Amino acid sequence: MAAKGKNRIESLFERLRADGRKALITFVTAGDPDIPTSGRIIRELEKSGADLIELGIPFSDPMADGPTIQASSERALRSNGHIDEELELVREIRKEARYRSSLFGYYNPVFNYGLKRFAKEIRAAGADGVLIVDLPAEESDELKAELDRNSVDLIFLLTPTSDENRMRLVASKASGFIYFVSVTGVTGARKSLSTDIPAYVRRLRKFTNLPIGVGFGISTPKQAREVCKSADAAVVGSAIVNIIAGMKGPKKRMGELGTFVSGLKRGISRP
Amino acid sequence: MRKTGKDSRASARNASRPGRVPDRLGHFGIYGGRYISETLMPAVMELEEAYLKWKKDPGFKKEFAYYLGEYVGRPTPLYYAERLTKKAGGADIFLKREDLCHTGAHKINNTIGQILLAKRMGKKRVIAETGAGQHGVATATVAAMFGLECEIYMGEDDIKRQLPNVFRMKLLGAKVNPVTSGSRTLKDAMNEALRDWVTNVYNTFYIIGTVAGPHPYPMLVRDFQSIIGVEARKQIQAMTGGLPDLLVACVGGGSNAIGLFHAFLEDKKVGMTGVEAGGEGLKTGRHAASINGGRVGVLHGNKTYLLQDNYGQIIDTHSISAGLDYPGVGPEHAYLNDTGRVGYTTITDKEALEGFKALTLSEGIIPALESSHAVAYAVKAAREMRKGSKIIVCLSGRGDKDLNTVSKAFDFEI
Repeated sequence: MAAKGKNRIESLFERLRADGRKALITFVTAGDPDIPTSGRIIRELEKSGADLIELGIPFSDPMADGPTIQASSERALRSNGHIDEELELVREIRKEARYRSSLFGYYNPVFNYGLKRFAKEIRAAGADGVLIVDLPAEESDELKAELDRNSVDLIFLLTPTSDENRMRLVASKASGFIYFVSVTGVTGARKSLSTDIPAYVRRLRKFTNLPIGVGFGISTPKQAREVCKSADAAVVGSAIVNIIAGMKGPKKRMGELGTFVSGLKRGISRP
Repeated sequence: MRKTGKDSRASARNASRPGRVPDRLGHFGIYGGRYISETLMPAVMELEEAYLKWKKDPGFKKEFAYYLGEYVGRPTPLYYAERLTKKAGGADIFLKREDLCHTGAHKINNTIGQILLAKRMGKKRVIAETGAGQHGVATATVAAMFGLECEIYMGEDDIKRQLPNVFRMKLLGAKVNPVTSGSRTLKDAMNEALRDWVTNVYNTFYIIGTVAGPHPYPMLVRDFQSIIGVEARKQIQAMTGGLPDLLVACVGGGSNAIGLFHAFLEDKKVGMTGVEAGGEGLKTGRHAASINGGRVGVLHGNKTYLLQDNYGQIIDTHSISAGLDYPGVGPEHAYLNDTGRVGYTTITDKEALEGFKALTLSEGIIPALESSHAVAYAVKAAREMRKGSKIIVCLSGRGDKDLNTVSKAFDFEI
């Protein structure tokens, strides 16, 4: 709480809001397919217009993820991508970047790392936020206290199943932005999105002034654009990870990744 | 890392007495809780609300008791295993015959309870994870009886070693989905079941088979299984005029163990031992003994002891018995371990097979490989105890499903 307003994610959204723009949030698993390539991928994402990069902490049992991100988590684990290696990635890139980064993962690797140490180290590395999929508001106080101490945002999910009580509870603990999950289900690219998103976002705004990002299933510039009519940001994960999954000839795919991400960026930027 | 374990042990010791757990948010000392994605939070809260409402309802209680009696066949006998006792040479060994429940294991006590809740909550579809297939069969059975759609998630490796149960589930009309991710065993089946639930949360009831998962599951499954101990306590008193000296049960997730132990927790003189799967031995790393070989962590909705590597990644487990082949343990067991109320030990694959053989040959009872762990430990423990003292072993299931595995282990052609 002490650092509220000073955190970098909120200032990013303030800047965008002032310009009448929306944010593009991209997800990749850190260390997928390996640490050096992951570094290049992150730089490519930034160059192509990602405003905030979510770096997935790989986990052996990603039970909220569909096949695409499960596979990327497995690739990252095979290349030994653990929290220390990821922090190295954040540290290296943060030096030269304007964008924001946030770690995204499951609780056990973080709990195992030690909450105090985790919060301190990610701050030192320069990450701006953390989202833990399997850490609902009720269990989050310990981690939140450590993150607050280090001015790192704890980002929460809200979903189509969340009623107003949960919206209120989550809004009272969240900082940075609120991630609204657009579907009931696991992560993964989807052909069509729910038509209820604007209504959910409107309802959610009654409980929070934080920016709202919408994700799960967004895979085209058109979908990103649609979502940003009501939300402040579109989050794209599996569609990007799918491109990485095919990275046999790195240069060619890196170009494809860049083209795809700039396409998303144009999608949300067009007036 | 060990430090975390010690701290947690001390804090659990200071926490409330057994019998008073969990707290309102499902914590057993530092264990348990609700570590699941936001999408599922309203679902587990709805379930908790429904359970707290119905468990006090006379109609619900009556219906539950009716099916346990008329359909499951309860009360199950408490059988004095005279020849096994002689073979061990020491304490008297009594078997709580959960293997005589309809479907062949204790699992059905819980699935009856949960399907009655599902019905009252208006859910049309049930899903479940299964390891040995006993919970899968018990779920498919009650789904057939109540006419609900049923899908079971089962690791591909477990499907191979428990084929008879796979066939039973299919006969009962359930769809069995092979799980090919991770280690292709129980933990991966649970991941997949959770993925299904998060996708179909509005119409689906997730019947968890053990005393693990997000609150209220550990409490709810414990309550439904506690009939085992309630009966055993009355039966041993009627048979011997006193309480047992020791209770023994195998522990994977730990539902049959909690079921037996719970009614005795306040009986301070009754010792209790949970038997974890020692696999090829703790030192080999190829085992499934979360309490004896693991550290505190968070998986599948609860905080508990887990088998994990230095980075907090869950590691592959090994046990000859599919039902114990799981890297975690129910949070109440973690708590009972830390408070010292229950002791947890291990039995290796080899010892379990010896237990299997001993019971089969001395009593004409073919136990499940899971339960064989408890039998093997009870025989060992009986030897160290004076004559006239009493052990109750939870014989959680029968061994028909394991004949393939056992025939291979004994190099015996069927």
